Amino acid sequence: MIATVLLASQRLVHLSFVDFVIIIFYFALVLAIGLYLKRQANTGEDFFLAGREMTAWVAGLAFLSANLGSLELMGWAGNAYKYGILAAHWYWIGAIPAMLFLALVMIPFYHICKTHSVPGYLKLRYGESSRAFSAICFGVMTVLMSGINMYAMAVVMKVVLGWDMNFSIWVSSITVAIYVALGGLRSAIFNEVLQFFLIWAGALLIPILGLIEAGGWSGLQARILHNLTELNVPHAGAYTHLWSTLGDFGNNPMGINWIGIVFGLGAVISMGYWTTDFLVVQRILAAKDLRSAELAPIIGSVFKMAVPFIVILPGLLGLGLLPIRLVDAGLAWSPAGQAQGLHGYDEVLPLMLARYCGPGLLGLGVTALIAGFMSGMAGNVSAFATVWTYDIYGALIHKNATDEWKVKMGRWSTIIGIFVSIGAAYIAKGKPSIMDYVQELFSFFIAPLFGTVLIGMLWKRATAAGGFWGLFTGTASSIGMYTWVKVDPSAVRYVAFSMQAQTQAQNMFRALWCALIGVFVTVVVSYMTKPKTDAELANVVYGLTPIPKTEHVSIFHRPLFWAAVVAVVFVILQIIFW
Amino acid sequence: MKAGGSLSIWFFVGLSLGVTGALILIQGIYELAHPPEYQTVLSQLHANVWWGALLTIMGGAYCIHFRPGKKSE
Repeated sequence: MIATVLLASQRLVHLSFVDFVIIIFYFALVLAIGLYLKRQANTGEDFFLAGREMTAWVAGLAFLSANLGSLELMGWAGNAYKYGILAAHWYWIGAIPAMLFLALVMIPFYHICKTHSVPGYLKLRYGESSRAFSAICFGVMTVLMSGINMYAMAVVMKVVLGWDMNFSIWVSSITVAIYVALGGLRSAIFNEVLQFFLIWAGALLIPILGLIEAGGWSGLQARILHNLTELNVPHAGAYTHLWSTLGDFGNNPMGINWIGIVFGLGAVISMGYWTTDFLVVQRILAAKDLRSAELAPIIGSVFKMAVPFIVILPGLLGLGLLPIRLVDAGLAWSPAGQAQGLHGYDEVLPLMLARYCGPGLLGLGVTALIAGFMSGMAGNVSAFATVWTYDIYGALIHKNATDEWKVKMGRWSTIIGIFVSIGAAYIAKGKPSIMDYVQELFSFFIAPLFGTVLIGMLWKRATAAGGFWGLFTGTASSIGMYTWVKVDPSAVRYVAFSMQAQTQAQNMFRALWCALIGVFVTVVVSYMTKPKTDAELANVVYGLTPIPKTEHVSIFHRPLFWAAVVAVVFVILQIIFW
Repeated sequence: MKAGGSLSIWFFVGLSLGVTGALILIQGIYELAHPPEYQTVLSQLHANVWWGALLTIMGGAYCIHFRPGKKSE
């Protein structure tokens, strides 16, 4: 059967027998875990929150792994090739402060109010309308994004391995559907931890061997400068500097400035994603106690800080070591590009894999990519199943559903969510440009959500109407600005303050604006409407939520201590790569 | 954290790393005796031997430490 799906004439790597054995063993193991855990998913708490009994390490690794999709790995390695080390901002300032903020400021509220989901928190804080709006946006966004990622993964598998796209889509999706539908969040988390280790085991060898070949970091810097100067690439010296070229939009390959990175990415987009996207927050809600829940994002942040070693560095190694020049995916994957043997930016990670890894190691590397895809997809469907069951079906359709019924609905919505995602993958196959827009647009629904959740946690005067209209206008303004720039490209000078602002810069500024608009509307409407009583806000708002004291815990077990350690390492990294 | 009261999540991690590592190590040892026709860059470092060995040891240690029936986690 395997032979029949390997039909494409062009592929980057050729797998041997031992590679296939490793890949098949991986699939067998994840299915076995799902089957084994089926008997542990009997109640709603078991199925949707893994019984709330995860340790800090398990919750922390699953929290990170749900975000470590293969497209994340290959996409950001490709971005590192395209934009240089600036891509590392999405792992450092674009993640670490937000993860620490989640741990120290927001987790106590999520944990103490015992919500099942982020829309569930909005219900407790603002009311049913905010929950319904947020849940519907999240549900639609999650299955569509899952489908788009599925399609993109299938394209990569076709280009890299020559696998038939239908084969990749159906085999991976059905495997995920089986193990999540059987074991619920517990099964998803178990597999995410397993996938975390496989991703590192499969990807870590590339930077190690790459740095040996390049002669260390300084040798790599010299090679990149030499290669790009020879090719007359603008800003050749900017590809290995993190901050020193961000004074102006025109000084760096990304066309962005420090304001966009610090405020758009660091203060809004990353805060929104890491603190309110239920895909990742759900793993933290499964922690067994408050201290574990607080430590989990901090543990995740340690590994997140290290991810550039297996993602950004291979992209830079590609710039310095590969004898060919990679191009945009649209050109590379077009018939003309394929005829010329061109390769896209996103292929840099598989290219480096093929450069260093022979039989066996190649199987492990490909398994790492598949594991990344499956962990991301399992994250999407398990989060979708929870939001659908509790916040849409249970809140709007069948309000008196029993716990047993919710578990059944969770299993079915997992399977249906997968099939809808597969449908979205085929829509993406037919209309890739439209789905690209959808993906770009949906990613900014999260920015206004962050503003609304944060103001709700920290300001007890915020009202139900304020929360809903803030969320609604923030989201509408995101869509409005996106459409405005699409219809009139010159509008970018208003949205991002510069005609030189490239796509990433526009994204950062749009997120910043829509979060500010959401917060502004929340405040104004709140002052015009009647607030909830203190009793109604107990356990969901700062000042009305009793936070357990940690004086009796040694300093080495305190989340604040480890957050400080992570913050210091984060600052040191910025200085080293300045 | 344990599943079903008997198997730890770390046991599954160990099993996965151990089996995969062993397969890579065996392939690496085979290639020492029968060098492949197509050589990867830096193949003289025999990464599959030492990386496979490292994964096997790690996986084995996890499997032993978190084996079914052992009390500690």
